[in-house]
Amino acid sequence: MKYMDHNVVSSKMKSRLTKNKFFKGLFFAATMFGLIVLAVLLIRIITQGGGYINWDFFMNFASRFPEQAGIKSALIGSIYLMLVVAPVSMFLGVGTAIYLEEYAKQNKMNRFIKVNISNLAGVPSVVFGLLGLTIFVRNFDLGISILAAGFTMSLLILPVIIVASQEAIRAVPRELREASFAMGATKWQTIVRVVLPAAVPGVLTGSILALSRAIGETAPLVVIGIPTILMFTPNHLLDTFTALPMQIFDWTKRPQVAFHDVAAAGIIVLMTLLIIMNSIAVFIRNKYQKRY
Amino acid sequence: MSTKDSNKSISVQEMIAQKSNRGLLSRIEKLVPKILFAIAAMSVLTTIGIVLTLIFETIIFFTRVSPLEFIFGTEWYPFANTTPAYGILPLIVGTLKITGIAVLVAVPIGIATAIFLSEYASERTRRFIKPILEVLAGVPTIVYGFFALTFVTPVLQSIFPQLSIFNALSPGIVVGIMIIPMIASLSEDAMTSVPNAMREGAYALGSTRLEVALKVVLPAATSGIVASTVLAISRAIGETMIVSVAAGSTPGFNWDITGSIQTMTAYIVQVTTGDAGYGTTIYYSIYAVGFTLFLFTLVMNLLAQYISKRFREEY
Repeated sequence: MKYMDHNVVSSKMKSRLTKNKFFKGLFFAATMFGLIVLAVLLIRIITQGGGYINWDFFMNFASRFPEQAGIKSALIGSIYLMLVVAPVSMFLGVGTAIYLEEYAKQNKMNRFIKVNISNLAGVPSVVFGLLGLTIFVRNFDLGISILAAGFTMSLLILPVIIVASQEAIRAVPRELREASFAMGATKWQTIVRVVLPAAVPGVLTGSILALSRAIGETAPLVVIGIPTILMFTPNHLLDTFTALPMQIFDWTKRPQVAFHDVAAAGIIVLMTLLIIMNSIAVFIRNKYQKRY
Repeated sequence: MSTKDSNKSISVQEMIAQKSNRGLLSRIEKLVPKILFAIAAMSVLTTIGIVLTLIFETIIFFTRVSPLEFIFGTEWYPFANTTPAYGILPLIVGTLKITGIAVLVAVPIGIATAIFLSEYASERTRRFIKPILEVLAGVPTIVYGFFALTFVTPVLQSIFPQLSIFNALSPGIVVGIMIIPMIASLSEDAMTSVPNAMREGAYALGSTRLEVALKVVLPAATSGIVASTVLAISRAIGETMIVSVAAGSTPGFNWDITGSIQTMTAYIVQVTTGDAGYGTTIYYSIYAVGFTLFLFTLVMNLLAQYISKRFREEY
């Protein structure tokens, strides 16, 4: 008795294999789509803005004339902003992570804190802008300042830093802690001298990646009311300022096409900054991260 | 004498206990958890701050504009001099247009990318492609906005001449591109966590790679894929700069995607970049819009959490 007809099976098999090949091509094309878009975007921005990148572009303030427009105040403003965001967000983020990983007991309060952090991560950045405008700019009366914007940005990237630090702390093996306890160290001594040093590479990598998100974030700055045309650089933290993404936003909105080229040049500066930060993060991860 | 001696001599444990009960060290040990708890409470305070800010300012808005008009009104003309109208539906429709287009672009491409990376790609290809997707995810949204306005829109205009400079199609597509990495990487995580034994079982029965991917891996990873899509939708709803730059500022209660529109986020940006003074109805309206936006994204985030918890397949 014949159960299977060889011809039927092989013809069916053939169509199934063709289908597999076809879809493999389709999935590959979809994967390539993202890569191609990124390539087009980068090439486009470099060809458009490359001509504007010169010494004057870094030394000039904003201007009505595209060929005289520069990025000085925005670049320095962004650096100032990072000088506030980095310590504030890392202090809060790492502190929260230590609490959650080392101290928090499994109770309702701590579960609530965890759920809250993951929900906070999903709040649109423009809503953080509204928070900053109301609480920091008006209620705390910080004005449209580096400090107000820095606090707002710190809260925005806080969930990212918390989660990254939690992972880094969790990756420190229990044996290290137990060895420390066995030597008579207290809990806090163990955390400061054993756990944190071991977790530093992971914490730094996550924090730098989060900061690179903050440096490109525009919406909260817009909502707070950061000006775009500024003819001076800030002197202290309560001064008003402008930042790279704000300046790019302003140039992009202008109807003159020449300003679009200036915006592209600004984007080159911003993206270069991002690439540098990301490279540092990857470098730290590869060089110092120990696998236990 | 001997009783005195035994009174004086104490065990090592007691010595440690005595020593650590005194002094700075034990005070630090007791203080630290409290300080750390206060720091951890900051994230909760942030949420409370957001919610209270939005609620208080929205209430002031509702003393001037009836909530019914706000929720059901189909006209949004806050800048009209004589009879301003505050019906949020046009802004919601604008947001939905962008989100809809973005989902149509990102879900097929994102899931296809995830299938390729998890089922077809070699380890080397994966190591090459995943960092590039991470770069794509790290591009600031203002850069995407610039790209939408100065590149995607002109390209689309050469295909559809009736398209205006500001439209829903181009920023919708670019928001889609922005959320592709999110869907791709979260879906891939869901797919790689499907145990290999299931794949091998299917291969042993003579399945092709495609059949394994579509009939074994995809169903097993559904909850993760759906959750990633819902999260991505939430991101698209809250996306601000791309739509502010490229979608225009004309709220309309229609389904046209070729003309200028306005989303909830873009309205907030329009008001805060303009010169509406503090205390005006327009000023308070951004909080009402922000509150609506917040509720939309909150529901989406909770839904994503629910899906990934409730429907997760445990192996």
